[in-house]
Amino acid sequence: MNQVRKQKFLIVGSILAGSIVTVGLLLVAFDKGLNAFITPTEIAEGKVNGSHNFRIGGMVKKGSLVRKGTGTQIEFIATDFNEDIPVVYTGVLPDLFREGQGVTADGHMDASGVFQADTVLAKHDENYMSKEVKAAMDAAEKKKTGKLATEGAHP
Amino acid sequence: MIPELGNFALMLALCLALLQAVLPMAGTYTGSTVWMGLGRPLSAGIWVFMVLAFGCLARSFLHDDFSVAYVARNSNSELPVYYKFAAVWGAHEGSLLLWVLILSSWGYAVSLLSSKLPLDIVARVLSVMGMITAGFLAFMIFTSNPFDRMLLNTPSEGADLNPLLQDFGLTVHPPFLYMGYVGFSVAFAFAIAALLTGRLDAAWARWTRPWTNAAWAFLTIGITLGSWWSYYELGWGGWWFWDPVENVSFMPWLVGTALIHSLAVTEKRGVFKSWTVLLAISAFSLSMLGAFIVRSGVITSVHAFATDPQRGMVLLALLLVIIGASLCLYAIRAPVVKGSAGYAANSREVFLLINNILLVVSTAMILLGTLFPLIHEAIYGEANRVSVGPPYYNTIFIPLMALLAFFLGVSTFSRWKKTSMEHLKSNLKLVLLASVALGIVVPLIVTGGFNPAIMLAVALVLWIVFGLLKDIRDKTANKASRWAGLCGLGRSYYGMQLAHFGVAVLITGICLTSHYSVEQDVRLKPGESISIGDYSFEFGGVVERKGPNYDAQSATINVSKNGKPYRVMNPEKRKYHASGSVQTEAAIDTGFFRDLFTALGDPRGEDAWVVRLHVKPFVFWIWMGAFLMASGGVLALLDRRYRYKPVLLAEAAVQPGSEPQPVAAKAVNT
Repeated sequence: MNQVRKQKFLIVGSILAGSIVTVGLLLVAFDKGLNAFITPTEIAEGKVNGSHNFRIGGMVKKGSLVRKGTGTQIEFIATDFNEDIPVVYTGVLPDLFREGQGVTADGHMDASGVFQADTVLAKHDENYMSKEVKAAMDAAEKKKTGKLATEGAHP
Repeated sequence: MIPELGNFALMLALCLALLQAVLPMAGTYTGSTVWMGLGRPLSAGIWVFMVLAFGCLARSFLHDDFSVAYVARNSNSELPVYYKFAAVWGAHEGSLLLWVLILSSWGYAVSLLSSKLPLDIVARVLSVMGMITAGFLAFMIFTSNPFDRMLLNTPSEGADLNPLLQDFGLTVHPPFLYMGYVGFSVAFAFAIAALLTGRLDAAWARWTRPWTNAAWAFLTIGITLGSWWSYYELGWGGWWFWDPVENVSFMPWLVGTALIHSLAVTEKRGVFKSWTVLLAISAFSLSMLGAFIVRSGVITSVHAFATDPQRGMVLLALLLVIIGASLCLYAIRAPVVKGSAGYAANSREVFLLINNILLVVSTAMILLGTLFPLIHEAIYGEANRVSVGPPYYNTIFIPLMALLAFFLGVSTFSRWKKTSMEHLKSNLKLVLLASVALGIVVPLIVTGGFNPAIMLAVALVLWIVFGLLKDIRDKTANKASRWAGLCGLGRSYYGMQLAHFGVAVLITGICLTSHYSVEQDVRLKPGESISIGDYSFEFGGVVERKGPNYDAQSATINVSKNGKPYRVMNPEKRKYHASGSVQTEAAIDTGFFRDLFTALGDPRGEDAWVVRLHVKPFVFWIWMGAFLMASGGVLALLDRRYRYKPVLLAEAAVQPGSEPQPVAAKAVNT
């Protein structure tokens, strides 16, 4: 092979190798980091099978928060006012977490139908309802009455 | 009266910005030096009126003028004076005012420091900056005016500043961040001017470099302050979350880093010209994309501003006009500014190209991850939402940065145009052996465990550090004395090495913190204690405490080290009077080699509380590394060659592909 060809071969080869590695990384990364957002109603409809991670959103049902014994475990119920899903979380809750407010959590369903949360998120603006929670509310409300639950809820 | 004055100042600034956008540029086409010369006084005028407007808003805050809607929403008479001032940029409208003030300051700085530049270049640069300023001013005045009044139902008390923002870190974070974001507008304006004139040579790169360095250094500090703030204020003990809002500040930084390196090649070798221009356009476009994402509420994030879709649409339109117009111009004019010099596969040019590719690919991946939820929603509908979490970013970003660190070491030793393999081998053999050997041995001895990730990280850090030490040694070896050699090396060289050393420190901090942090959330009754490593944390109970505008539940945690009392820490939970919102205030003991982090959770009966206790080794090195990087950027822009006389600039312009002069020769020229 002459010098020019060799150099061209090298360039094309490295671009090709780089692209393959990049695309491979991207696929692995998406597999690891992509969480679907699933509402309590969808869980009840059996949209989740297996124990892969996803994100749940809804309201913390009033009176459902239970702090257990000597550990740091807590339990609450996430609801879209149509279906309820029990959630278990271990650790410190965010400041804005409270009953009757919106919440999103990342985690997976265990065999007994309880959502095991790895992280619990609440927003730092009191008036702010996350898009996920709003969507969950709207979907559930639509199912029930055909109207949007959050209509006019925003200032 | 004062708010009206502020409003009036904004309108005058808009008028002047419109003139600045049109007249100097028109002057370059008609050849009128008078019109071209208008750029400088106009930018001074805009700056003066922006300072006036900012002062008016600040005064309204300091005097609790709650008839101004923005003040009423973001301040409170109980708020400490310091935070009243900082509240000026605490929400959308005021932060936009700060944004435009900083934009006009950069414009004014360009007009002051450009006495050596050809008038037509200055005119074009200032006109482009005038267009951007006019766009943002119009957006502010017509959709988000901070001076809007509520004269009919003036509230007697304000709603208070978001408690999360009542903190030193966050009061200085936005100004630095905006200095960085908006600073890239200078590089952007220079790029547009270069495209318009078709003159893109070594001199152009030399004018652009200090501005880019300055913006980049500010952005580095701004992002670091944000990270530091989230570490101690959000109460989670984390310092980076791959949150969309963090990502949008990180992307311009990555592209800005690529731009700095690409500008070096364009200045020294006259190649990568159109690529450099594209990077300059991208850096500022990504800054504006960041502004759009943060302010429009299209993406769910922990710190999105209050959302208003209509504002988002206007901002998107502004964004599309600026990015679209500059990319169109680029498509038409880029062939004109093509580079001509050649280089071999083993040259420093190619190693810097690899650096650029890695940085740009990382940026593209982060952009994809950040926008993916939007794209997914657009295709599959509202009901099928997804979110992209940290595992995605870590999987991609860490290997790419490891590669970047490896090539950083190689490129230091490479030469422009062509480097022989023998040269690289002979220079790097020892460095490679030493860093790999120590990278394996040191973690084994210190931790006693086999951890390939840590070994790789340590090896890469040592690879960078040994490499730069050897390079300094080689460069001073043939001088009369070591000291004389060190003095002759020049500030931009030391700036580069300092920034690269900062990278090594940063990697050390990130890897060791991520792998060796011990984090425990425990329920403790008063008198109970828990041990983490050498430290024992004894919970002393919670007492009530009154702050200036909040009531706090303050915990006492007695920390002892190896059985001896070490210090008392007081993490708090604060309930702010005005908003009623609760805010965790962590207590942190910062040390050079480790931080102790404590935060108070919620009460769990019998006087017991959940307490968050972390021992985080080397977390301080993250901020230190970033600070060193920014210092390197500042040091480099202070290099003497940026104060070249105009004659020399003209000479440089004649020979774009000329060989770089030895550093010593440059020093003589000044």
